[in-house]
Amino acid sequence: MFEQYYPIAVLVLLATVLSIIVVFLSRIMGPRRPTPKKSAPYESGMSPIGPAVRRLPIKFYLVAVLFILFDIEVIFLLPYATLVRELGVYGLIATGIFVFILTIGLVYEWKKGALDWE
Amino acid sequence: MIGYILFGLVALVAIVSAVGMLLSTNAIHAALFLVINLICIALFYLGLNAPFLAMVQITVYAGAIMVLFLFVIMLLGAEQVTLKSQLKWQAPLAIVLAVVMIAATFLLFFNVQASGGLSPLAPISEDPRQTETFGSPYAVGEVLFGAYLLPFEMTGVLLLVAMIGAIILTRNEAGGMRDEQRAASNE
Amino acid sequence: MQLPILESINLMAVLPVLIIAGWACVLLVFDLLIPRSRKHWTAWLALVGLLGAAVALFFQIGHFARLGSEAAFDGMVTVDGFSIFLQVVFVLTAIVGVLLALDYLPRHGIERGEYYVLLLFTTIGMMIMSMAADLIVVFVALELLSIPLYILSGFAGMRETSEEAALKYFLLGAFASSFLVYGIALTYGGTGTTRLTGIAQAVTSDALNLPLTTVGMGLLLVGLGFKVAAVPFHMWTPDVYQGAPTPVTAFMSVGAKAGGFAALIRVLVTAFPAIASEWGTLIAVIAGLTMLLGNIVAISQSNIKRMLAYSSIAHAGYILLAVAAAQRSENASFAIGAVVFYLLAYALTNLGAFTVAIAVERDDGTGTEIDDFAGLGKTRPWMALAMALFMLSLTGMPISGGLVGKVFVFQAALQAVPGDPLLLAVVIIGVLTSVVSAFYYLKVIMVMYMREGEGKAVLPLALKTVLAATAFGTLVLGIIPGPVFQMAQRAMLK
Repeated sequence: MFEQYYPIAVLVLLATVLSIIVVFLSRIMGPRRPTPKKSAPYESGMSPIGPAVRRLPIKFYLVAVLFILFDIEVIFLLPYATLVRELGVYGLIATGIFVFILTIGLVYEWKKGALDWE
Repeated sequence: MIGYILFGLVALVAIVSAVGMLLSTNAIHAALFLVINLICIALFYLGLNAPFLAMVQITVYAGAIMVLFLFVIMLLGAEQVTLKSQLKWQAPLAIVLAVVMIAATFLLFFNVQASGGLSPLAPISEDPRQTETFGSPYAVGEVLFGAYLLPFEMTGVLLLVAMIGAIILTRNEAGGMRDEQRAASNE
Repeated sequence: MQLPILESINLMAVLPVLIIAGWACVLLVFDLLIPRSRKHWTAWLALVGLLGAAVALFFQIGHFARLGSEAAFDGMVTVDGFSIFLQVVFVLTAIVGVLLALDYLPRHGIERGEYYVLLLFTTIGMMIMSMAADLIVVFVALELLSIPLYILSGFAGMRETSEEAALKYFLLGAFASSFLVYGIALTYGGTGTTRLTGIAQAVTSDALNLPLTTVGMGLLLVGLGFKVAAVPFHMWTPDVYQGAPTPVTAFMSVGAKAGGFAALIRVLVTAFPAIASEWGTLIAVIAGLTMLLGNIVAISQSNIKRMLAYSSIAHAGYILLAVAAAQRSENASFAIGAVVFYLLAYALTNLGAFTVAIAVERDDGTGTEIDDFAGLGKTRPWMALAMALFMLSLTGMPISGGLVGKVFVFQAALQAVPGDPLLLAVVIIGVLTSVVSAFYYLKVIMVMYMREGEGKAVLPLALKTVLAATAFGTLVLGIIPGPVFQMAQRAMLK
């Protein structure tokens, strides 16, 4: 069932084991002289004091949605890329229309300022 | 044989993660259980010789859509959900209905098995050459640009509509007043 | 690999859809250039696009009369009498949808050009739905129909009721879509194809997978039942109809319903003729429940939009009765003719009724109670007369399209009784609930004429036009239904 993917499974396994080993090795062998500043989760990041989860502005959500939509566009382009020679002009037109429709969306969101952060 | 054992393991993880998602009261934990579940489904796709679908499952669902889930959870500040429902009769009723449906489905399939079993549909497993290409990006593209051209282009329009919707619903441009604002201005 | 050739794609057959789709994309960019105080330009441009599609449809009717139905996109869609008839209904509804919004949106401070663009997009979804010949097309068209409507219901986003409507519609709609997809998956699993004609062949030739396919058909029924607001999948209707901006409610009460019925008929009649008695019985039961619940709950409503929501549930029941009658292949074409005729009559009447509701509604979204209609008989005699006509038509009184529609529906059901005696009981329920419905429809007329009140209404030219056209159409369908019904009879599936 999964026969042809065994190499990938081995790769995943190796990567997992290796990363665990590396973390433990640095724990054991590295010098540890902690100071309060050093043991903060983000040394120069935002202050971790306060509730762990705070409400985010809606802007993040908008960017995430727009990202997903173009992500899906790319997914559709992948099969086209594997077939580009066989499909020829026909495929170019079909994909061209698809990309054109989404480019209109890009123009729209650009003009509406959805891509500006402020 | 190893294939069956692997399938069993993945199936077990899928079921456990699904149940965990349903039962956890912390929304972020539920989302993380869902990630595990989605990855298991991607593995099922791999096992069914559909690597392209598996890849889409990982990048779109386990990747992008999960990010969106976590955003929404943080957006609402709703990490903790109470499982107490307003309607007390709803949960027992749902369980009864689910059990009835599962029983009916099983009965149906055992009946079919008794009368000769499901007839095999696409005999993809018999032709090794077909098995290798089935579900590859190449094969998906052939169908997508062949018979399913119209749904493909319609999907483009659908994505455009989703873009418009995301922008309209997050930005109030027309200048109408919210209910609270109107109430405040009337006072 | 085999590439589709241009003849098999046959773009001319779907020209009206292409016109609206292309125009909607152009309009989206145009709208960016139009200054905020001139957004009515977008509306007029949208109307131009819809009229262009109407002209294309007109030529298509002639083409159809000469050459009959044809397929496009390699058989993915079928342009037959059924789809052309419904496309006319959809384009007319969209034109009315634009006209209704023309004054409503600025009055309520929610004017944005995207309204018209989204309206065009959902119209495309409906049109493709009416010609779908493949389950995948049914699904994508359903989403293309629904998603703009979810957005439009939340268009007055600053009103909490509108937000609530959008959220409820979206969550329940997505839930129903998942049933549809699961149904498609099981049907594909049972038959090995998503093409409707292929499914029909597989169902008759291969009895072994029938249980799987039957379960799939049931799940498809759930998904589409939600769209047409049939009991027990109607829960969303009152809140969404009440909360959404009224032009959107008017548009979706007609368009989304007709789109759902188009898909329902295509899927059931084309793909599952072999298990017709199963789905016939199911639909008949659902039709009976829908008529009972819609009509009885409507009596206690005091809000006009909510009342019309329950009325739309009730009317879904009557249409479902005709769908159930389509189970017998001998009178399927008569039953389908009854369905599309009823849909047209319902579209005209309901759009007219909502036009009056828009005229009476105040700028802050209040004024939607039935009591707000008091005194209209004196202050606005013509409008009150038109509203009375619409209410009579919805009840099914003489000289209105509603009566003729109901007669055809009951006739179709009675013809199918020999095959399914249950239909007789449902017809009796239908007749009795029609009588019950007189209570709440006539109440509106009574309030308008008998009760003293301010009777305030804003009736700009666009609303007047719609009101005159819909009232005229309702009367024509009621007095000389012959020609239209003959056209509806030709609205067969290929």
